[in-house]
Amino acid sequence: MRISEHPIVQFNKGTKVKFTFDGRELEGYEGEPIAAALHAAGVRILGHSPRYHRPRGFYCAIGNCSSCLMVVDGEPNVRVCVEKLRAGMKVETQQGKGVIR
Amino acid sequence: MTETEILVIGGGPAGLRAAAAAGELGAQVLVIEEMDWLGGQLVKQTHKFFGSKEQYASRRGIDIARILAGELENHDRVTVWTGAPVLGIYEDGMVTAQKDNRHVKIKPQRIIVATGAAEKVLPFPNNDLPGVYGAGAVQTLMNLHGVLPGRRVLMVGAGNIGLIVSYQLLQAGVEVAAVIEGAAHIGGYLVHAAKIRRAGVPILTRHTIKEAQGREVVEGAVIQQLDENWQPVPGTEQQLEVDVICLAVGLTPLADLLWQAGCEMRFIPELGGHVPYRNRLLETTRPGIYVAGDVAGVEEASAAMVEGRLAGLAAARSLGYGGPEAEAYLEDALRQLHALRSGPAGEKIRRGLEKLETMEGVPC
Repeated sequence: MRISEHPIVQFNKGTKVKFTFDGRELEGYEGEPIAAALHAAGVRILGHSPRYHRPRGFYCAIGNCSSCLMVVDGEPNVRVCVEKLRAGMKVETQQGKGVIR
Repeated sequence: MTETEILVIGGGPAGLRAAAAAGELGAQVLVIEEMDWLGGQLVKQTHKFFGSKEQYASRRGIDIARILAGELENHDRVTVWTGAPVLGIYEDGMVTAQKDNRHVKIKPQRIIVATGAAEKVLPFPNNDLPGVYGAGAVQTLMNLHGVLPGRRVLMVGAGNIGLIVSYQLLQAGVEVAAVIEGAAHIGGYLVHAAKIRRAGVPILTRHTIKEAQGREVVEGAVIQQLDENWQPVPGTEQQLEVDVICLAVGLTPLADLLWQAGCEMRFIPELGGHVPYRNRLLETTRPGIYVAGDVAGVEEASAAMVEGRLAGLAAARSLGYGGPEAEAYLEDALRQLHALRSGPAGEKIRRGLEKLETMEGVPC
């Protein structure tokens, strides 16, 4: 859900791009955080915790808390609350600690 | 390796004012900011600030961020790096950072740490479910990126952040089911509380969250009354249909670099947790390392700006910059800080600072 009208802020979001989330094609705006694009598309579960497999979303949204780690273009442990969206990105939920290639 | 006279770590209100002040006295400054933009958390503050005109009162935070960043544009003595997280401060005074995906070294003569604060969390069952967000996170998502956090929110905490973010949620078209506060009184300014009350949002003092509900994401919350000893009162549970639980339960200094640098730290709850020992000019126990803003103790952005100016002036003066006028500037900054903290809203800060100052071994 995106804000279409706001009494104070104007959002100039720029170019719409396509990316995939677990193989599903979604749309977002280039340069916004991946987590913002996912949240706007209704995706709130970004991964599961390593030990108890609890669902994980973002918490701080400014790159501090590491709650939002995902696999982006094959690279695990990317903080999607601060990583910018680019066209064609392959975003995947992360299970466990991730494997560094 | 990059050499600089003064390195400012953090491009928020404190760091930007520190750089401007040090540059004004003639020092050469490098500001290094981990995000891609300057202004820190001001960039999502859509409300107008209080204070006096020296701290840009009656302007919105988003506009103050632009003003402060603008002051450093085309400045011949101030260089700014964005998108560059600082990684460490070493024993020999060397600082390392990540810039353009490379590991870089910086050798400063003075360091001003202005890294800000992080949001605290509250323990309750299911507090890790997606949909439990920090109040600042909701502001970022909504005011910076234009994305709604959900449809109906429970706000936990009636300090200024809880009240202001509740109002901003209403502005964005999100319903706020209630604002709950564990203490007997609303912590934030009553002018903010009045605005959301007028919009029909109940503010329930002496209430806490008992649990978040939902299997994969937040689907509801149970709140409960507290007695005067902060103990839950049985039978007072209320179930709320919400898809977001927003935690506005305070901030804690982002002091990792200070710990690593070996600055002496003290636990002062009134200032948000562990804060650095420092003298009145904000120099820590490690000579040449200064602090400013929330990392020195959680306060408002107005105080962060003045602390930044104070630390910037002090660091530049210690390098021999500024004549007699530097003294006058320093005294003026100290006067401004005193004025900001003098009202009833500054009571907690004054208590915290007093604790810090009267602790044994303080170098003040």
